[in-house]
Amino acid sequence: MITAVYLAAVVCIVIALAFSRSRRLSDLLGILFLGVQTLLTVHGMTHPGLTELGYFCFDAPGLILLLTLSIITYPTLIHSRIYLTKPLAKPSSAAAYSSSCVLLIAAMTMGYLANHAAMAWIFTEITTLSAAVLIYHHRSKLALEATWKYVFICAISICFVFVGILFISLALLHDGCSNLFYADLMAHKATLGTFWMKLGFLFIFAGYTAKLGLFPMFTAGVDAKDKAPAPAGALLASALMNLGFCGIFRVYASISGTPVGNWARTVMLVSALVTLFIATIYMARISNVKRMLAYSGIEHMSVVTLGLCFGKAGFVAAMLHLVMHTFVKSGLFFHFTQLWRVYTSKMIDEMGDYLKLNPFGALVLLFGFVSIAAIPPSGLFFSELLTFKAMIAEGSWVVFALTAFLLTVLLWAFSRSIFRIVFLPATRHVEKIRISSWESVSQLILFALATYIGFNPPAFLLELIGQAAAMIS
Amino acid sequence: MLETLIIIFLSTLFYLAIANRMRNYVKILVFQGILLFLVAAFHLVEFSVFNLILILLETIVFKAIAVPYCLESIIRHNGITRETEPFLPHFVSLLITVAIVVGAILLSGSIDDLILDKFFFVGAVSAIFTGLYLIVSRRKILTHVVGYCVIENGVFILSLAVGNEMPAMVNLGIMLDIFASVFILGIFANKIGDVFHDVDIDSLSKLKD
Repeated sequence: MITAVYLAAVVCIVIALAFSRSRRLSDLLGILFLGVQTLLTVHGMTHPGLTELGYFCFDAPGLILLLTLSIITYPTLIHSRIYLTKPLAKPSSAAAYSSSCVLLIAAMTMGYLANHAAMAWIFTEITTLSAAVLIYHHRSKLALEATWKYVFICAISICFVFVGILFISLALLHDGCSNLFYADLMAHKATLGTFWMKLGFLFIFAGYTAKLGLFPMFTAGVDAKDKAPAPAGALLASALMNLGFCGIFRVYASISGTPVGNWARTVMLVSALVTLFIATIYMARISNVKRMLAYSGIEHMSVVTLGLCFGKAGFVAAMLHLVMHTFVKSGLFFHFTQLWRVYTSKMIDEMGDYLKLNPFGALVLLFGFVSIAAIPPSGLFFSELLTFKAMIAEGSWVVFALTAFLLTVLLWAFSRSIFRIVFLPATRHVEKIRISSWESVSQLILFALATYIGFNPPAFLLELIGQAAAMIS
Repeated sequence: MLETLIIIFLSTLFYLAIANRMRNYVKILVFQGILLFLVAAFHLVEFSVFNLILILLETIVFKAIAVPYCLESIIRHNGITRETEPFLPHFVSLLITVAIVVGAILLSGSIDDLILDKFFFVGAVSAIFTGLYLIVSRRKILTHVVGYCVIENGVFILSLAVGNEMPAMVNLGIMLDIFASVFILGIFANKIGDVFHDVDIDSLSKLKD
């Protein structure tokens, strides 16, 4: 019932925002959306396992991702408002931004909760549509290039996912099942045809990598995060990647423990390691802050996927990593708006002296860097440690050594760029501008939250992750 | 009859590999649309009349009329040159397409399936990979769109293969068609042609590291 209310409210809010030319009305609609998003989350948390409208289930993985998304929805909408007012955006442009931002968040929400492969696919399609409008916000040549590439690659990736679903449907048809609910896949996992399931997983995995940011389809996402406004980039670099993970995880959970599951694990392992390698190469020669953050996202998704490959212990680490990465990465993207206002540039070479120009902001940026680079006391440090522990427990020393080496190079490359921005003198004259410390509060809260989860994960979160881990075998 | 239609569909893929003019691509897409219309009409015997009419209308209206018309008008509006400008000679393209089709036939050899007709599988997989090949081997952005349309046609054949057992999959395939056609062609027709007058991929290479 609440899901129906949520969907109806979202449709009304999106339409109203698209036609609204008044800032006050848009603010009100934004607050209303926050209300329904919170209502759905609270409803889900208080009714775990409930299925609504036949296709949406508040199961453990869905709830974890929904809760994470709802938490970052608040700062996203606040920073979007700041973004649209400094400098003041055209009313039509602001309306397109706000409505597609709300549509994106709602589509991701439903995508997390979908318990049917085709339904998840439909909402993934909607995320492409709404993300494209956000990427094209600036209406520049480069924004158009990024939008075109994103839409084109995502269209191909969506085709791939559809082909994968068709192959899986063939496997299910042989078992006398004509439904595509994940529960049906789970129930038939032992008897499903190997050939169709392998082919199906391969296509679904390749398709969802466009959202998750893994090899082979990670490229479009990098351009998109670079050209999208920073608050929208925060969603693309965190929650949208989680949607890709969700799509892959649900199919993987349905085949884990079977020979196809072991094969799928190898596919994911190779893809994650190749991605990590590519991210390392690019990070070592990066010159653009937003692209650096985008590649860092790719790196973290590789670590998450590696975690997924190493049993239940690895999966627990992967889920913790996913949640904390969402908070930290979105915080860093929110902070980028301050960097832009100080330097009016994205290029690292044109930055410097950030500690003098924006002292409080620089400290927040350093805190964010420590968090994202998984340096203790960062929460991500603990999840990476747990991932390594899972690798060693399974005796995968080669994977461990490769991952540790690549992550060390990445840490060097990342820290070189951040220290350049914060401590080294600026290469050109930059006027000092006043930025309110209040604008950094949301980032501080998000970084602190990630650190807290690393040190002392809440019992309910661990319980949910435990339930999700029980889905794989 | 179905087998004959799929074989004709496969032969259009060979023609795509060697076509030298943009207009020929559009004509092939029209022809593929008509072929898919016939395949759907002959194959989906267990569909309700309403659903069948919807699907047949979609194939004829979208695949055979609307999308090719849109491509044709983009070619005219933007003054796109006639040549398809491949990176590789046509002979090599033809060899690669033949290799794709032979590969699909060999792969189908390992299927022992009562539900899926091997012809459908070969037609679909060949179209998907030929479409991908067209995308990576041609310079013009519009040719990429043609490649994508060919991939979509392959996906549509595959959805028809399971259509009688899972009608919803065919409808979803149609949704994909409409989404992608409207969106991709919409961006192309409205924006890219106007902003980038020289519409080949070299003009879309500013975003890099």
